[in-house]
Amino acid sequence: MKVLVAMSGGVDSSVAAARLLAAGHEVVGVTMRLWGGESDTGCCSVTDVDDARRVAQQLGIPHHVWNFGDEFEARVVEPYVEAHRRGLTPNPCIECNRHLKFDRLARRAAAVGFDAVATGHHARVVERPDGTRRLARGVDRAKDQSYVLYVLGQRELARTLLPVGETTKDEVRAEAAALGLRTAGKSDSQDVCFITSSAGRRGFLERRIPLRPGRVVDEAGREVGAVDAVELVTVGQRRGLGLPGGGEPRYAVEVDVPRATVRVGPARELMTGAVVLEQVVWADGPVTGPVEAQCSAHGTPRPARVEPPGPDGRVTVRFDAPARRVAAGQSVVLYEGDEVVGGGIATAAPPGGSGP
Amino acid sequence: MPDQPVYLDHAATTPLRPAARAAMLPWLGERFGNPSGAHRVARAARQAIDEARDVVAEVVGCRPGDVVFTSGGTEADNLAVLGAHEARPGPVLCSAVEHEAVLRPVHAVGGRTVPVDRHGVVDLDALAALVRDAPPTLVSVMVANNETGALQPVDEVAEVVRRWAPEATVHADAVQATAWVPLPERLAGVDLVSISSHKVGGPQGVGALVVRPGTPLRPRALGGGQERELRSGTHDVAGIVGFAAALQEVLRERDATAARVRALRDRLADGLLARIPGAVETGPPREERLPGTLHLCVPGVESEALLFLLDEDGVCASAASACASGAQQASHVLAAMGVPAELARGALRLSLGWSSSAADVDRALASVPAAAARLREVAA
Repeated sequence: MKVLVAMSGGVDSSVAAARLLAAGHEVVGVTMRLWGGESDTGCCSVTDVDDARRVAQQLGIPHHVWNFGDEFEARVVEPYVEAHRRGLTPNPCIECNRHLKFDRLARRAAAVGFDAVATGHHARVVERPDGTRRLARGVDRAKDQSYVLYVLGQRELARTLLPVGETTKDEVRAEAAALGLRTAGKSDSQDVCFITSSAGRRGFLERRIPLRPGRVVDEAGREVGAVDAVELVTVGQRRGLGLPGGGEPRYAVEVDVPRATVRVGPARELMTGAVVLEQVVWADGPVTGPVEAQCSAHGTPRPARVEPPGPDGRVTVRFDAPARRVAAGQSVVLYEGDEVVGGGIATAAPPGGSGP
Repeated sequence: MPDQPVYLDHAATTPLRPAARAAMLPWLGERFGNPSGAHRVARAARQAIDEARDVVAEVVGCRPGDVVFTSGGTEADNLAVLGAHEARPGPVLCSAVEHEAVLRPVHAVGGRTVPVDRHGVVDLDALAALVRDAPPTLVSVMVANNETGALQPVDEVAEVVRRWAPEATVHADAVQATAWVPLPERLAGVDLVSISSHKVGGPQGVGALVVRPGTPLRPRALGGGQERELRSGTHDVAGIVGFAAALQEVLRERDATAARVRALRDRLADGLLARIPGAVETGPPREERLPGTLHLCVPGVESEALLFLLDEDGVCASAASACASGAQQASHVLAAMGVPAELARGALRLSLGWSSSAADVDRALASVPAAAARLREVAA
């Protein structure tokens, strides 16, 4: 096969390329240039492009840099900013996978003659007896990245290779070291690639939208604290709310950006029996009944039941036991065992119907 | 992929001419020396530099003493813009289609850009208005554009500037033009001229700034003051010797090469326009462009995908606006010309040079239309 490997300059995609090459595929490395280079943490910095190119040279494969900066801005960065402006908690990595890696890049790869696109994600593509495919958790559960890839449908899965998902991160590093790849000891990328560690989320957002101070009130509406940027408060947050010490811990339970108000409450108010999802995608058709629902990148999967989609396409997921509320904007991924069956984005809507 | 690539990116860099290589080899072997020394080894190196300086002076049309050797065109441009501004602060203007090596220093000193017409040629009326509005101390306009090959009316620019700002310094980046056009006749009234070695078939890493006597200019880097106190650093003797040898070839065969390459370029252009429906040739009429440059916009095709397919087929081309990582970025030149973004996405520059052959054109005529058709088929 002719395979395009999306090389970020990290150890995982380096080894992905090496494995595909060893398996006899025709391999070309491509580094996506998504961001102007302001970031000092994530991909797209000059040193990361250098690392990807040097690994490709070492492997003896061609390496190209493709600029998808405009699309990244329009499909990932602007929605991220807009979500914060509305008081949501977005996951830009998922949108990047949805719109950039597995759509924009994959379409261009197909256009120029590649049979598949490979990445260094720790996840697997498994084929089922009926010929359909599903995304499954990586062998290394601690490094599993299936959560950020739940947006892949049948069409994408059929043309996606995830060569490192079959082994542990330690094995990946050992293999990189054995091959003498310069990325063998490189630390894992952290957080959002366009947020610098120096300026942080706040420094990034305040150059794009006005951040407004907000009141912090309790259940009775009494003002009990203050925040200097209501757009940055996430449901479930405990620190930085200006609350007096002592007493029962209180958490942000509601963020009302238009009124610049954060309501706090005790831990029990954070618990919920269900979450309503929008923009739901399915691996191979809607699933109802028992699943496990994972509500953050490294969250614990919770047993839950999926209700049939409503007329608006929204799907209610009821947890078997009360679970911590999911901040609106976060993705909830639904698993059957190790396999992803679908997922969607949490809304702030209260679950309807017959709840517990 | 065929063994011999078809090289159509001479505007990026052109192969080292055999004469340049031959002239350099002794200086990479038994000959050496710091030209600033006081002994026979140094004197020999000094003589090599002096002789090279004479050649540059002949090419640009200046006195040998006006030549300041640099590490390349970018250093020459930076020295011109930043050095002139530091010597005499004031409003700075440059055309909107300058190379980044001029554009960025101009922006760094708060300068403004002069618009161009739809062909990418500097708008003299707009220039006059800007000059009258705030008489500049420095104006920089390139002799020929690196993306489209459009020749600029540098002498008329100088005339307009002098009418309203008689004291202004005029700089011309001649990096792309040197291999193709006789510079002296185009540089009337110009005070500072940048040229580069590797665009004419000399080695990379060498260039020069020509500084007419009396032009206010401050050095950018301080040190031994080797080049008229305007540029410090031990000379790259081998590089300068190779640069001069390449320029001697340019002096000798420029007109013949230009005519030969122009015919190749025209055949390539006509063939591609006939074979790629909707393709648009960018820039002014061909006779007002460098003979080796062909810039096309191919609607419905993305440059990066097209370049990828061409590369796989052994054809080396460019979209003319790559950043340091090699990724393509939106061209400020096409934007300044008012080329719609949709069309600019399909930019393709094929640039020929002294070593280009009819076989190169034949290969490109087969490869480029096939790649474009394939990408359009997928997009449809």
